[in-house]
This record gives sequence, C-alpha cells and structure tokens, in this order.
Amino acid sequence: MGLLTFKGGIHPNDGKSLAKDQPIKEILPTGKLIYPLSQHIGAPATAVVKKGDAVLKGQKIAEAGGFVSAPVYASVSGTVVGIEKHLNPAGNSVDCVVIENDGEYNEVEYPQIKPLNELSRDEVLTMIGNAGIVGMGGAGFPTRVKLTPKEPEKIEYIIANCAECEPYITADYRRMLENTEELVSGMRVVLSLFENAKGIFGVEDNKKDCIQKLKEATKDEPRMEVRVLQTKYPQGAERQLIYALTKRAINSSMLPADAGCIVDNVETLIGIHNAVILGKPLMERVVTVSGDAVEHPGNFKVLLGTNHQEVIAAAGGFKESPEKVISGGPMMGFAMISLDAPITKTSSSILAFEKDAVAKNPETACINCGRCVEVCPSRIVPSRLADYAQRFDEEAFLKWNGLECVECGSCSYVCPAKRQLKQSIGAMRKIALANKKKK
Amino acid sequence: MNEQLKVSSSPHIRDRVTTNNIMLMVVIALLPATFFGIYNFRHENAWVLVVVTTATAVLTEYIYERLMHKPVTIKDCSAVVTGLLLALNLPPTLPVWMGALGSVFAILVVKQLFGGLGQNFMNPALAARCFLLISFTGQMTYFVYDGVTGPTPLAELKAGEAVNSMDMLLGNIRGTIGETSVLAIMVGAMFLLLVGVIDLRIPGTYLLTFVIFITIFGGHGADPQYITAHLCGGGIMLGAWFMATDYVTSPITKSGQIVYGICLGVLTGLFRLFGGSAEGVSYAIIISNLLVPLIEKVTLPKPFGKGGEK
Repeated sequence: MGLLTFKGGIHPNDGKSLAKDQPIKEILPTGKLIYPLSQHIGAPATAVVKKGDAVLKGQKIAEAGGFVSAPVYASVSGTVVGIEKHLNPAGNSVDCVVIENDGEYNEVEYPQIKPLNELSRDEVLTMIGNAGIVGMGGAGFPTRVKLTPKEPEKIEYIIANCAECEPYITADYRRMLENTEELVSGMRVVLSLFENAKGIFGVEDNKKDCIQKLKEATKDEPRMEVRVLQTKYPQGAERQLIYALTKRAINSSMLPADAGCIVDNVETLIGIHNAVILGKPLMERVVTVSGDAVEHPGNFKVLLGTNHQEVIAAAGGFKESPEKVISGGPMMGFAMISLDAPITKTSSSILAFEKDAVAKNPETACINCGRCVEVCPSRIVPSRLADYAQRFDEEAFLKWNGLECVECGSCSYVCPAKRQLKQSIGAMRKIALANKKKK
Repeated sequence: MNEQLKVSSSPHIRDRVTTNNIMLMVVIALLPATFFGIYNFRHENAWVLVVVTTATAVLTEYIYERLMHKPVTIKDCSAVVTGLLLALNLPPTLPVWMGALGSVFAILVVKQLFGGLGQNFMNPALAARCFLLISFTGQMTYFVYDGVTGPTPLAELKAGEAVNSMDMLLGNIRGTIGETSVLAIMVGAMFLLLVGVIDLRIPGTYLLTFVIFITIFGGHGADPQYITAHLCGGGIMLGAWFMATDYVTSPITKSGQIVYGICLGVLTGLFRLFGGSAEGVSYAIIISNLLVPLIEKVTLPKPFGKGGEK
C-alpha cells in the first residue's frame, strides 16, 4: 500500500455511514445558552458581563485570562441571567455565563476589515486571538499561541488535519465538502504567517469526494497540496499525522514546531477564515449527532452554548432510551453524566448508543498476548504500563516510557481481556506529569 | 427523560476478540492432532488418557477457585488448553492416574499458586510433563506403536539408525499422543496463523535457529533427510507451534520474541545433540520461559519519536 501512514493503529467499525450523507443543517436554540469560561487548555477566561446585562450576538462576554487562554463570545442576543456553576460535557461543574435568548439574534457591528494582503502578521494573530479560536478537534489549545512558535521562519508545513479518524464523526467530512472554499481560505490565512511553509491537507482515503473537492479547490494554490492518508485510527493524532505526512517523528517532550510543523483541524481553519476574512468571532461549530439510539443521525451547525438536549431533539430525539451518550468520538470522547450540558468549542459530536459495549465486558486477567503492543502508535507496552500504574510504581512507569502515551485508546480497544489499559495509563500519566512539574 | 446513563473512561467501543474465544481457537487448532493421536493409538485406548487428563485440569481449577472463594474461570477454556496439551505430551500407555496427577500439578502448582491465568512463569502443561518425566521416568519413556515397543524415531536417529521420514510426517510412529503427526499439527497451526492467534515470529525463529544449529553441529551437514527427521521427530512441532507461542510465558516485546525463538532453537539443539536423552523440547521451552523477564528487559522497545517509529 502506497498510502501515507504510521506503524500500529486499529480499524474499528467506522459507523460513518449513519450521518455521512446528511448535509449540515443549521439549528437555532430556544432555551438558555450556557458558556463555560474554560472551553480551552490554559487559564479560564474572566467574565466581562454581569447578571442583568443586555448582550448582542457577537459581543465578548469573557476576556482571555492570560496568554494561554481564549475569550468567549455570546452567540445570541439576550440578557445575562447569571454567572454560575453548570455541568460541562465532560461532567465537571464549571463557571459559566448563562444567557436568556431573546430570539432576535441582533448582532454587534463588526469592525471594518482590511483584505488579507494588507494585514501585518501581528494584526492577523491578534484577530485570531481576539476571535477566541482554539483547537476545535477536541484539545482546545488556543490557536493564537500555536501560531506563534519561537522561530516562525523554520515552519515548513502547515498541516490541515482532515483525517477525522474517530468512528461515527462526520462533521469535518461535511465541512470539507460544503465549505471547501472557507477551509482553503483559512489555510491561506495561516500560510500568510509563515513565508517558508507549505500547506498540506492530509485526508484519509475513505473520503474520496473530499480529496477530489480539495484538489479542485487548491489547483491554483502553488503553496498547497492534498495528500492521501491510509484510513486507520489514530491517523489524526498529531504526532502520527506529522509522521505520516513528513516522516518526521516527535516525542512527548517536543512540539510539532520542533519538526517544522503546525497542525490545525478543519473546524479550526474555518474559524480562522471567519475571524480574519469576515471579522467574526467564534460563535458556532458543526456537530455530528449519531449512534444507533438516534432517530435521524445528522450534522448540525450549532451556536456555541446550545444545550445538548436541544441538539439531540433536532436530530429527532432518541429511538430508544440510550445506555450511553458520548460527547466526542467513541475512542476518545467523554461519557456524559447528564445531557443538560452546553455545546462548547471542542464538542465535535454527540453519540448515543442503545447498548454500552464496555459495561457488559468485565475485565479479566491479562494473558500477555501482546495485541496492545502491536497496535500502540507510541510503540510502548500498554499492558505493562497499566500494571505499573495500578501499583503506582512511578519509576518503572517512567522507565517503560509511560509519558509517551497519546491516550488514543487503541490498546483498550483490542485487549481480549477487556482491561481498561488507557484509563490506568492516563491516570498515572497525570500524576507523573504533575510530579515532573514539581521538580 | 431517563438520566440513567452509563459512564466509563474512553474508549467506548471494543474489539470482538476475547480471551475466551482465543482459547477456544487454540482448542479447535489442537483437535486435528488430538483426533489423530486417539486414532493412531486406538489399541492403547489413548482417548481415556486424553479425556481424563483434560477433565482433571478443568476440575482442579474449579475446585481450587471454589475453595479459595475466587471467581470461577473455567469458562475461559484456559484449563482445557492446559489439560489437552499435557495429554498430547504423554505416551499413550501411561497409567491414567499419572495423567490426572500431571493435570493437578499443572493447574494447582504451576498456574493457580502463582496467581492464576496470566501469572504462571512457565508453561503449566510442559512443567507438568517434566514433573512426570522425573517422577515416573520408566512409564514416561515407554513408547509403543501397533503393539510393538521400542525407541522413538528420534532416539533411533540419535543412535545413528535410519528412519522413515514419510511415516514421521504422517505420524505412523512411536511417540506421545499428540506429537507424532506433523501433518495434523500443521493443520492446526495454519488455522491459528490464519485467525491471527499466533504469528510466525516465535515458531519461525525457533525452527530456523534449530535447523541452523543442527546443520552446524549435527555432524551431517545440510543433509535434508537428517534435518527433516529432526523436524518431524519428537515434540518440536507441537512445541514450536503450540507451546512456545503460549502468550503468558513468552515475551510481549516483538524483538524479545525473536530472541526467545533463538534461545529455544539453540537449547533444543543442545539438548538433542549433546544431552543424555534424545528429546529436549520440553526442557528448552521451560528454561526459555524462565529467561523471559530478562529478555524483555533488554528488548524494551524504542518509543515513537525516540527512534521506534519505523
């Protein structure tokens, strides 16, 4: 096979046919909108509105709380009814701005914007930072910070992560098909920041129509290229994607910039287009609603802050009451405690399943079969690391390179003993990283 | 709305393969050799020994786990595999109670006392075979075929006599119940390779190393007749495909599996050519089992981004 890829990985049933052919549908919320102050990695934003304030759509309601942080904008017009604790999709109770939607969608006057070729590098970066753009694939790292590496002239590749390797999710797929121009435009903006860089769209070969469309849209763009990746999970994991496209490998203590790369996902690039070309802050995203418990799986353009329950209702509600609802993909997403949580900048999908595949498979003893070693994209030994993690043997955990884990979950997926390998390793990783910081 | 949602850590989907069906595959793969052995040694009533040995293994596991108030794990079929493998490694004329004793030793001493499935440091079936070999040397080395007692072809080969390779391939020779027919063993091994339960890494390096070893030290050079006889005689085929590949007692690292295969090949060659008895597969495997932690230590894989991406 001549397709670009990495060693290891798995081929789960992708389930994408459920929502793949459903065009993006816009939905408008009716209830209250909830905006967590922390929808990104880094310092939480600080609210700049108070209870009783009238707000317009596109108005800043929270300011970045530091350099590694991002502001938050109202996606509707209405009244602030409170700044209070509310559940986020991951099940944590966090500070949120709550807005009562007046249904008018009155927008603020967006400032006049200059064309891209008249903007300076700093102006572009400021616009991206001000718009509240973060990595919308799930990590939520502030994009502005990502786009300011120490040595910008050494960046050789801007990689658009068009892999969408998580099963069931088709949001990026629909975006690539329906918003090809905006995606390419977003790439153009990022390339304007890095004069020595080339833009690469890395697309898995199961998305033939996207490859076609992107090739068409970039044929007059000498600095852009579409490359085809093998369909495999986790092809969209940053390190694995960089390796597949450039044959450069980075480890846990390096940044993509060390390999001359910057990776942004589809939704993020479209957000960059909206921010710099249209001058609009980040207020919406596409969310896939899918899974066997959903009546009409589909892809929806949702205003940030919309309640999950409303998005599920837009997809026709549940066929049967689900056993498990996941925010994000089935491999790395969060199982939701309650559906009463808002869509945030990093909510790529809502998946509802009639049966939970994990609960009915109790853990049994490890038989040392080595399947986890076979699939691990980080080339480490998950079964041993999980043993060390369960014993809190930090020394052995570090010696066996536990920090290199990317928590993709491939090991747990293949384990015939159904061990929660990723969970154990992930928990120990957090402890080990915290201890490392202390030193 | 019903808010009774299940919550667990990701991933939320799982592969269909379970420990249970892996073990079942191994049992299925052992069936050709088992049925051939039962047919081949029908005059010796080999079926009784096979049934009793296997049943005792399962029963021992059941009783032990019940007495110790542990969850009963006989449904995972691992005890069936152990019992059956032990039976296939016994001479057909062995008194049935000795087979049963072997099973008790395998399950109770080697497997359960060390913590049960996944915790044993050597292959339970082979450890039990070696235990029986030491305890009842006479009965364990008494071989019959078609009512005629005599040495195994491997012993004849060692004594410098001519052997019939075709009979050894088909299995019409003296030996333990399951080791005689290379053909039947290979049918099962092919099945395991096809369903992905085992790969070629361990058996491949084992057999290759062994062939190289006997070519250099066997005194017959690259004589195909001699090499074929060595490969078809004794327990090397059963050992290489079904016991060296035992997950629990082989290295988990890929390069470790290569090193392990080489150890097995060299040790088997050493025992067969220079040892006191004609056979050496069982000892080679259990000694290599003991080397596994050391092998894993020196073959720790390089992680991605630190040279291990290729």
